[in-house]
Amino acid sequence: MKNRLKVLRAERDWTQANLADELGVSRQTVNAIEKGKFDPSLPLAFKVARLFELSIEDIFQDAPTASTL
Amino acid sequence: MNKEIITDMCDSTPQTKKNTKRLFIWSVVWVLATAGVAFGPKNLWNFNTLPTILGVLIHIGIGFGMIRVFKQYLLELDELQRKIQLDAMALSLGIGLVLGSSYELLEDIKLIPFEPEIPHLIILMSLTYVVGTVLGHRKYQ
Repeated sequence: MKNRLKVLRAERDWTQANLADELGVSRQTVNAIEKGKFDPSLPLAFKVARLFELSIEDIFQDAPTASTL
Repeated sequence: MNKEIITDMCDSTPQTKKNTKRLFIWSVVWVLATAGVAFGPKNLWNFNTLPTILGVLIHIGIGFGMIRVFKQYLLELDELQRKIQLDAMALSLGIGLVLGSSYELLEDIKLIPFEPEIPHLIILMSLTYVVGTVLGHRKYQ
């Protein structure tokens, strides 16, 4: 799954630690989501969407995998 | 182990830090209780039955307390950290089960001259858990 978390965070001039504090998760989790190594749960995705005042689809996009192509 | 992995392993919310400290204290108390039950009967109360039974019950009680604290610790981790811990636990359980059952057979089939001991299995599972945790943090670095 692709996401715009890094861009949105940069637009607000937040560090990963700032965002992690806002979301109540570790900095490692924010970093892993930004790099696409970890997909957040639905509750966390909603929390991110609420924080940035966007819809989930505006932040997270489904990336087609080999099995869906 | 590089510096970033150590930083990631130590990176946690204040609640997780508090829970980690609590879990550490319970683990130390459990180890001390284990030592008490292992060495107490011979060295402290000369195999008197009552203190031995009490010691075993206290040891089990502290063990259950430690499990409860560990469950709380897992529940209050963030979702990535919980996944890393659960993956490491699954690895530890799998390796412990597979190698433990083979190890138990070694004496029966006369490949080793001594009887397999439970502490060897505990050491194997503990080391596997540590390795699993480090690999998990490296994977999501």
